[in-house]
Amino acid sequence: MISRMCNGVPPRTMALLGALLAAFLAAPWVANDYLLTVLIFILYLAYTGQAWNIMMGFAGQFSLGHAIYVGLGAYVAALLFTRFGIGPWIGLLAAIAVAAACGAIIGFLAFRFNVAGVYFAILTIAFAEFARLGFDHLDVVNASAGLFLPVAQYAHNDLWRLRGDPTMFYYVILAATVAAFILCRMLLHSRMGYFWLAIREDEQAARAAGIDTFRYKMYAVMISAAVTSFGGVFYAFFYNNLFPEQVFNISNSVEIILGPVIGGIGTLFGPILGAFVLTGLAESLNSVLAAFGLDLPGAKQVFYGVCLLLVVVALPEGVWPPLARRFGLKRGVQ
Amino acid sequence: MPFDVFLNVAVAGVLTGLVYGLMALGLSVIFGVVRVVNFAHGEMMTIAMYLAVVLFSSFHLDPLVMLVPIAAVLFAFGYVLQAGLINRFVTRPEHSQFLLLVALGIIIVNTLLIVFGPDARTVQTSYAYDSFQLGPLIVDATKLYAGAAALIVAALLFAFFRFTLIGKAVRACADNYTGALVIGLNVGRLYALTFGLGAACVGAAGTMMTLIIDVTPSVGPTYTLLAFIIVVTGGLGSMPGALIAGVLIGLTEALAGLLFTPSAKSMFAFGILVLVLLFRPQGILGTRRS
Repeated sequence: MISRMCNGVPPRTMALLGALLAAFLAAPWVANDYLLTVLIFILYLAYTGQAWNIMMGFAGQFSLGHAIYVGLGAYVAALLFTRFGIGPWIGLLAAIAVAAACGAIIGFLAFRFNVAGVYFAILTIAFAEFARLGFDHLDVVNASAGLFLPVAQYAHNDLWRLRGDPTMFYYVILAATVAAFILCRMLLHSRMGYFWLAIREDEQAARAAGIDTFRYKMYAVMISAAVTSFGGVFYAFFYNNLFPEQVFNISNSVEIILGPVIGGIGTLFGPILGAFVLTGLAESLNSVLAAFGLDLPGAKQVFYGVCLLLVVVALPEGVWPPLARRFGLKRGVQ
Repeated sequence: MPFDVFLNVAVAGVLTGLVYGLMALGLSVIFGVVRVVNFAHGEMMTIAMYLAVVLFSSFHLDPLVMLVPIAAVLFAFGYVLQAGLINRFVTRPEHSQFLLLVALGIIIVNTLLIVFGPDARTVQTSYAYDSFQLGPLIVDATKLYAGAAALIVAALLFAFFRFTLIGKAVRACADNYTGALVIGLNVGRLYALTFGLGAACVGAAGTMMTLIIDVTPSVGPTYTLLAFIIVVTGGLGSMPGALIAGVLIGLTEALAGLLFTPSAKSMFAFGILVLVLLFRPQGILGTRRS
């Protein structure tokens, strides 16, 4: 299976992947707590970006409401944990089920009625905003007062209950990012992946070629939602607090898509590279500002905005595709 | 609940809805002609709102008087934006245009945050608490002025598109991009003009909104979404549809705020949007899109 996975990958790319993985595995030994937290955030963005990419990059369905899947995943797992003491890995199964069901509902309604393009994006925003306002008034989840996970003093890392120090969380999200990368590669080179690309390029032609576009678009939404929901579970257990105003916020949806957009929509390395570029630059900006004794809330976001603007204007494909061509890291179309 | 309370809230909702309608009209005009969804619409409105607030607090200039100058400033902003940046994007894929304007919106919100801080600003006019009484009906003076001004601006815009030669040329661009190019229209400049007009609408609406709500940098995205809801409900690209849907949403919000909790009022607006998208995606007055 490993040899099949590596089939058609240029040796340089394999070397790059290996070096990257080794660097990531070794990072906790050299990084301090601050850097580790930044790395965790980068990987979280890379992971959720990869999940969003399944829907937009592969199947061409533009979702601007992915915060809903993060939020649902986070709330389901956190609720099961705080109310019933059910651990996050069991909770994850429930979170996946709920997120996929939600994705299925949105997808079903949209695709049945041929809501596409900009309209589809607005529909996804509407659902996410609806969820945000709904959870803000839902007493079961403490409404706008927020849901808190108990933060106990931990003597050792409890992987099963996801209670531990940042290093443990780092390896968890690293494993998840690697898994998502492998999953996306497998999906992309599967029969379904080719159907998705056909739908993305020209849906009418895909239908004419005999592809059940409705069904495969549904699969894309559900898989993307399910993968995203783990991001939510991780978010809940890492930050230990959940506010509808934050998790379901549209700015969260935008943050999820920034990585793949800057890195390159539809590519496997794009979300990872984009998350790195974006967070890396934003954090260095923060430290530069701090060094000058400036505290400007919003400076980071202005910077995000300018980056996004520059990339959209100057590199419509994102950062990764031109890089990959330049260094011969890519073969064929993908 | 006494009926007159109900009626008063409904009237206030309709008047606010007219201002919403004018704001959404700007979005609708831009989409109808340029075919680009202005994802920074509410953010552009906050620029106008802060202009009105600063002019009022520094020079005591009444927002209703500053309506025209502020709309003119926003017109220039929109014109330059379209001519300098968005014109290059009209043939790009939808998500690319979307992201461009999302980026612009993020920049506007956070620049305002850096300049003005997160605190709410208000305009306290001398007539802020005046009202007119019509039988059992008590109408806020500010809302009445705002609603009336919104109607006037909207009427002027309708007249411009209907009766002037330039308006006709703009409609020609909207009907047939290639055809407009063939007959020698300067489509780029007409697009810039249209975006400017859309921005002027939202500028006028924003100036009047300062009479109705407090302004913080973060109201931008909220009103972008509201403008979407209204425009999709009315029919993207339909001008009367935007006004009618604006009134409908204003009314719904006001009544939902009265009957349920005010903080949940936007849920009803989103509910309407979802229903419209599912059962009449072209909107109340829209024509079926190709």
